[in-house]
Amino acid sequence: MTSTYFGRVQTRLFTVFTIGLLWTLVLTPFLSLPAGEKYKVTLTTLGWVALLGVVVWEPIWHLLQQFRWEKDWPAMYLLLQAVPEAVLVRVVLDRTLTTAAPVGTGTFALHFATTWLAIYFFVQGPMRVPFLRWRFRGGRIL
Amino acid sequence: MSAPASTGRAGLNDGLLHTSVWTDELVASSGLPVIDMPFVTVGGGLGSFVMVDYLRIAGVPAGHMRTLTVLDHPWQNYEYLLSASQVTREKRIRSDSSSCLDNIWGFPGYAVRESFGARSVPGFIAPLWNVLTENVLCDYWTPKSGQVFRSMQREADRIGYWGTLDMGRAHITRRRHGGGYFTVLTRPDGNDVIYRSSFVHLAVGYPGLAYLPDLVEYRNRYGDSHRVVNAYEPHEHVYEELNRRGGTVIVRGAGIVASQVLDRLISDRDRLGTDVSIVHLFRTFVEGAHGPSRFLRRRGEHGWAYQGFNWPKSTWGGQDRNRVLRAEGEAREKWLRTLGGTTTPRRKRWQRMLERGRRQGFYRMYVGEVQEVVPGPVGAVVTRLKPGTAGAAPVQLESNFVIDATGLEADIAEHTLLADLLQHSGAERNLLGRLDVDPQFEVRGTRAEPGRLYAVGAATLGGYLAGVDTFLGLQIAALEVCDDLARQGFCRFIGVRRSISQWWKWALARTP
Ligand SMILES: Cc1cc2nc3c(=O)[nH]c(=O)nc-3n(C[C@H](O)[C@H](O)[C@H](O)COP(=O)(O)OP(=O)(O)OC[C@H]3O[C@@H](n4cnc5c(N)ncnc54)[C@H](O)[C@@H]3O)c2cc1C
Repeated sequence: MTSTYFGRVQTRLFTVFTIGLLWTLVLTPFLSLPAGEKYKVTLTTLGWVALLGVVVWEPIWHLLQQFRWEKDWPAMYLLLQAVPEAVLVRVVLDRTLTTAAPVGTGTFALHFATTWLAIYFFVQGPMRVPFLRWRFRGGRIL
Repeated sequence: MSAPASTGRAGLNDGLLHTSVWTDELVASSGLPVIDMPFVTVGGGLGSFVMVDYLRIAGVPAGHMRTLTVLDHPWQNYEYLLSASQVTREKRIRSDSSSCLDNIWGFPGYAVRESFGARSVPGFIAPLWNVLTENVLCDYWTPKSGQVFRSMQREADRIGYWGTLDMGRAHITRRRHGGGYFTVLTRPDGNDVIYRSSFVHLAVGYPGLAYLPDLVEYRNRYGDSHRVVNAYEPHEHVYEELNRRGGTVIVRGAGIVASQVLDRLISDRDRLGTDVSIVHLFRTFVEGAHGPSRFLRRRGEHGWAYQGFNWPKSTWGGQDRNRVLRAEGEAREKWLRTLGGTTTPRRKRWQRMLERGRRQGFYRMYVGEVQEVVPGPVGAVVTRLKPGTAGAAPVQLESNFVIDATGLEADIAEHTLLADLLQHSGAERNLLGRLDVDPQFEVRGTRAEPGRLYAVGAATLGGYLAGVDTFLGLQIAALEVCDDLARQGFCRFIGVRRSISQWWKWALARTP
């Protein structure tokens, strides 16, 4: 992808709260999380992915992109950036979210990774079907 | 290159030729048949095809458009140029998986389609792995030209493209008094017809092929176009003779066509075990990474500047597109010069071939400016380089053949229709000497309200989009024109709903 900074932010917010949200809603009941607090955990996770993404990560990724001649962000980077992002979300969740029982690393990873992949595959192609101009505008929807 | 040769204009009287803005009466007085057609596109190559595709998807009936062309199918001229420059249907071209000429959404891309069409597990995985890791672990994935043509054929059938074709060469487009334009077409039988339309779209490709001046001089003076050839023209005899007898060949240029030519020469040499030596003559020799700042540094080595495509990837929709779009005048020219230039992809196969050539000595590199090219001993030509310092003896390179792969393009005024536009219709040149178009690809100065005249492709380089002469560039241009036409009420705006429903139709191969 060849995003601009605003394109990155718009794409992230849009995909997290559409594809990411849909997938989370479907997956949550099957995760081994404290009963009654399942959605609290997964939706908070999703919220942090959006917030930390916009405030912390996108500026960093965009800065790194400046060192690339093509001003592009290869498909592989989009996958790899999930690793540091997941770690930070996990750390923040640990500190801020109180639940009846601790959230297992495996459960967190399953939710995070599958959501990330769903978004990843969506932006690699299907996103262009409703938004014809999106790829020509640096990832901006508006 | 199939540049317009004759000037036709058979039936045009002086009254028409010398009047810049035509009235209906003047045209009627010529006695030529007049066809009313809201939209005409001139060219019938890739640019015209994608324009018709967009408009069909935006709801325009095929009957409201005509493609004025000498080509039977839109990829004809492109395939001709490709095969001259050594790219057959089984070889890979130079644009990415989502630069899909047959699919305005670029989804599913060529890579996914190749993958699902594969008959083996490695054949299935390879394209997907390549697009996943491209430009990090490996080169960009690029489609085979055969796939591009087959899928275009399918799309042309789907949208009824063939019904829009009117064969012939269009020589003149003039503004109409009262709005719109007249376009004169000379049919294959030599008769002229005149199209009266609100909208005209020019996608005439390259105005023509230009040769290096020293090679023109040589060809003219010694009448020899056998030993000095252009890589964009058929030059199979060069390979045949080298394969039979061996010899030395000079290759000039450092773009992708030079890479393809070297690939062919070295592959033949390996296959047949001939004694062919290659001299690669660089005008500028790229030693390493280059560019004005550390944020603008392009890779390069061994004389070449490396880049996946003709332009940096973000010029089609990202930071570099915005840079070019937002700059005016000299600032834009400067950006285009920084981002542009001759480049070739850094393909592993080519790296290995040339490395071996340098090691074994059959591939040698020279840098310099050519002073002149003269005949040598029987069967040879001598290329003299300008001496590095005054008074020094010039370097002389003797070879059996010279292949010019510099890919120079002729001036737009070499094209009859474009020249006429500059002379009679208010069109002007941009700072790069091409046709000046606005961000919607309307040719500035030619408006005849409520009509519009648009131009796309190589003739418009220097405008608000860098890669105008590429698949994706032609599609971006078509989208801009389509949106502009939607504002004029000629077609529907392709918004979210229309885009989704039309994609479904594409997927099911239904007419738009
Ligand atoms: C060797 C080569 C390889 C390329 N590879 C790629 C690639 O891999 N990826 C990529 O994105 N781009 C590539 N390009 C660039 C570009 O996409 C193609 O050149 C493409 O064909 C341009 O489309 P076009 O419509 O502008 O011109 P064309 O496809 O050439 O069509 C224009 C046609 O208009 C016709 N015409 C001209 N004047 C008139 C007239 N007065 N009346 C009627 N008809 C007329 C001509 O006959 C010509 O055939 C390549 C170019 C070359 C030369």
